[in-house]
Amino acid sequence: MDNDNSVIYGLEFQARALAPQLAETEKIKFIIGTQSLKQANNQIHLVEFNEEISTIKTSVFHHSDGEIWKITTSPIDSLKLSTCYNSVINESSCIMKTAILKLPESENPNTIEELEVATKLDTSLFGNDVKITDFHPTESNKAVSVTENQIVLWDISGSEGKSILNIQLEGKHNPKFTTGKWNPHQNCNQFTTATETHLKTYDIRSGDLAWNIDGVHSQLLRDMDYNMNKQYYIATCGDDGFVRIWDFRQTNQPVFSRTDHSHWVWCVRFNHFHDQLLLTASSDARVLISSAASVSSENNESCITDETDGLETKQMLSDGPLQWCEHEDSVYCAEWSPAEPWVFASLSYDGRLLISRVKKSLKYQIML
Amino acid sequence: MTDKKSNPLDINGPSFNPDMYLEKLFKECTLKQIMDHENEIVKDTQTLHSDMQTLVYENYNKFISATDTIKKMKNDFKKMETEMDLLASNMASITSFSEQINSTLHDTREKISKLSEVHTLLQRLQFLFKLPATLKSRMEEKNYIQATQDYLHAQRVLQQYGDLPSFQGITSDCESILGELKAELRKQFSNPNASAKELTESVDLLLQLDEPPKELCLEFLSCAEKRLSDQLVMLKDQSEQRDIIEFVDLGCSGFLSDLCLVIASFHDMFINRVNAESLENSEIFENFAAVELDSFVKLNMENYFDLVQSKVDSEQDVGDTSILVQALDRFYRRIEGNTLCKDVNFANTATEIVINAGRKQCKAHLQILKMHFADMLTKVRQTLTTPKLISQDDSSKNLNELLSSLIMTVVEKIKGVLQDLVVFIQPEIHFAQKLQFKDSFCVDNVREGLIVCFMHHFTATARSFCSAGAADPKVPPTLLLLLSKLCLDFQNGSVHFLLSQTDELFHINSKQNSALTTESEIKSTMQESAQELLNYFVRIQGLNCSQMLRKSVETRDWLHTIEPRTVRAVMKRVVEDISAIDATVALLYEDQGTATEHSSDSSRKTHSISVSRHQYRSNWSSYTPNHLDSTLVSNMHKLFSERIEIFSAVEFNKVSILTGIIKISLKTFMECVRLKTFSKYGLQQIQVDTHYLQLYLWRFVADENLVHFLLDEILGSAVHRCLEPVLMEPSVVDIICERG
Repeated sequence: MDNDNSVIYGLEFQARALAPQLAETEKIKFIIGTQSLKQANNQIHLVEFNEEISTIKTSVFHHSDGEIWKITTSPIDSLKLSTCYNSVINESSCIMKTAILKLPESENPNTIEELEVATKLDTSLFGNDVKITDFHPTESNKAVSVTENQIVLWDISGSEGKSILNIQLEGKHNPKFTTGKWNPHQNCNQFTTATETHLKTYDIRSGDLAWNIDGVHSQLLRDMDYNMNKQYYIATCGDDGFVRIWDFRQTNQPVFSRTDHSHWVWCVRFNHFHDQLLLTASSDARVLISSAASVSSENNESCITDETDGLETKQMLSDGPLQWCEHEDSVYCAEWSPAEPWVFASLSYDGRLLISRVKKSLKYQIML
Repeated sequence: MTDKKSNPLDINGPSFNPDMYLEKLFKECTLKQIMDHENEIVKDTQTLHSDMQTLVYENYNKFISATDTIKKMKNDFKKMETEMDLLASNMASITSFSEQINSTLHDTREKISKLSEVHTLLQRLQFLFKLPATLKSRMEEKNYIQATQDYLHAQRVLQQYGDLPSFQGITSDCESILGELKAELRKQFSNPNASAKELTESVDLLLQLDEPPKELCLEFLSCAEKRLSDQLVMLKDQSEQRDIIEFVDLGCSGFLSDLCLVIASFHDMFINRVNAESLENSEIFENFAAVELDSFVKLNMENYFDLVQSKVDSEQDVGDTSILVQALDRFYRRIEGNTLCKDVNFANTATEIVINAGRKQCKAHLQILKMHFADMLTKVRQTLTTPKLISQDDSSKNLNELLSSLIMTVVEKIKGVLQDLVVFIQPEIHFAQKLQFKDSFCVDNVREGLIVCFMHHFTATARSFCSAGAADPKVPPTLLLLLSKLCLDFQNGSVHFLLSQTDELFHINSKQNSALTTESEIKSTMQESAQELLNYFVRIQGLNCSQMLRKSVETRDWLHTIEPRTVRAVMKRVVEDISAIDATVALLYEDQGTATEHSSDSSRKTHSISVSRHQYRSNWSSYTPNHLDSTLVSNMHKLFSERIEIFSAVEFNKVSILTGIIKISLKTFMECVRLKTFSKYGLQQIQVDTHYLQLYLWRFVADENLVHFLLDEILGSAVHRCLEPVLMEPSVVDIICERG
């Protein structure tokens, strides 16, 4: 086990929602949402990791509206977050909802508060299931919700979200969206979704399909992530256990493809700073940091220095797994900290959060 | 003797002494004897006397005639004396007369001799004047030798008196004709019909005519080159129609012999000849000529080799090896037999060509083998996809047969190829003795280039079926299984057999040569690909089952489901599929490493049920009152059980394969359950389903606790995801499951 340099935070409930606080660039903060069918028990935990002394400070909030399936945070407003939650109506029915919540500005250590709802988003018109609500990367008044077959663009400036645009997924056999994500490049006008084994990216201004890659995985496509430093590169993962990186200008073949997990891969993330580091979480109960140095943005630079001066070059990492953390149960989420490039968190289904650091040796190898 | 001769007692001797004779008689003889003797002597004397008389009488006439003759001679001599005197006087007069004549004729004679001199001069002049005409006529008659000789006769004179105006005309005429002559002779060079002898003649003549040898030799070579290149062109044209033996023969008889001839005549004409004539320049010229010749030969041989190479290349595809080898052998012998050039050893180039041919042949064979292998795979694939095979038990035989026939044909095919290639190194083949060829052919081409390469191709092809990028979703999983087994069987037997066969046939000492790919290397790659294929097979089959399970969970509305009455059809289907896979796998893989401590089936069954019941109960009791306990229990369980690798490598036996498939399927089941929310009846349906799976799946795996554990996890997850977690009575579950 490689957990020497990691801190464990245990939750009382099962959980599958984890998000880094994107707008927070000073402190290492993660938000977790629990998943319990006993509605009142559900909580949101704000976990702050103090790297210097390796301690954790947490704030707990109630989320009594339902069990949380997905959390995202606003990249602009550090207090805003969105949840997709399952609200139980009675013993034989429940409904998926989504809302934008706001964290309190000042902490109150004594009581456990309910979070204030910043914007209500009514998705009942667009479908029964809500997969994700994702904030626009640059505009604070926009967000997108993905239901099982529609994409809804909201104006979230008021307390009631107004839908600006909705895009219907079309195809045979009632295809369903799995998840979605903004493209941080191209002036943030594109929204990428995963449906079955395909990637579909829509131009959010017109609602047209911008580009798509079919069959990125042989089984269900679970998650994807954009490389912040290389605008045409997108990583995908899926039920076939593969992690792939695609150059979406050239869609016939992935530029990178590996299978290091022994079960489905649920989550893939590029490190924001060193995009050769790829964080993946899998239901084989492992979190893996792998190198994709051959297709990283740092690859080119090292190549150039290679030719000019052999002494100053750093050795390029070879592709493949570099470090792993083990959990006791399936891991559905893993995230890099946006504040500190060498810290990442992973959450397993049994409610255990692991905040870990990248191995020192590895860190030095990349930095030096 | 002297005594006897001078014996005075011998009456017939010349020194006869009568007194001594008498004295002796008297002394020795009686009277009577003396008397007798006296009578005797008297008688003898009388006979002698009469003899004398007859002699004289007989010769009388002769004496008389002799005397007459002597008299006559006396007269004749007197006459002769007078005639001799007369003769003497006549002779004297003749002498005087002749002297007289001589003196009178002296002047005239001098004139005559002068005249005759003039005459010869004139004759020569006439020859000169006629020379142009003669030359012309000779030219017309094509009697070039005579023409040259004629010219050479006159040449000196012409040179001497060429300045004189009267001769200038002739000289120029001659020269123009000579020019024609030379041109004519040079034309011979380019005349395709001209034999080498004619050529030699022409060159000879031209040399006599003082043509600069350098120029000549260059011209000669260029003409020869033209001819040879014509030959080459012809060869090239022919090369497409003829088979390789004919082609090589044609090349040998045509081009090579011509080249030899050219070289020989060149030697005769330029190199050896000049030596004799002018010693000064000879060495320089000889060097020059030799260099020219060398480069000429090189150039032509290069062209020829190119041509042969291309022919050999083109031959490969259709290739009958023995014919090819025969042709190459002829070619090689011919090249090796001739030393065409001092500096360059064309045998090396020829060897190169032969090596190339060998390499190409190996490559062609490799290609054929590859194609054949691909064909077979397609065939196997087709057989596998035809539905009747998958269904019932005649597939059992077929799969095994298919495997063994696949191995057999591959091995036989390779053996055939080896036999075919052995022709290259048969002892009677000339180039096969060359070490250079042998090394490169046997080791690089046959062993590494063909056999090892094929094995690599073999594994690569097998792997391509499971490589991530190119994986074809339509590949029948049985094919993967078959291929995996194929690799394994190949690794266990055929690799060794084929390599040792190769080493034996081609006399390769594989132990000494470290550069060779070793058997173990190939074996390990085979093993690896077998493993890879098997893993992939497990993955595919697992995913097929998972897919069914996933769809069944995802598409159902678990919140609004009715109370379970039966096991869902999907579960039966999964069990059926797994049984079918089990049957298929059993055909190829032994059931070694059987499940740990399997007791007899019947007892086991009940046991397993009781175990599960117990577990269920313990779990359920805890779930309902408090969730905390339940997670604790499952975590405790995890602490003590080993970590389960879902997509892990499997071993080469049936149980391991089946375990792999089941693990994948059940894990999927669990993950899907976790994504759903269940009502009471939904949960109970899952309960029934898992129990059903438990009843039927344990027998396929090595460690049945694994199945139990996974199924418990599924049910546990379902309980967690249930709005109203109330489980069914186990007895009812039993009844439903037994009902099917």
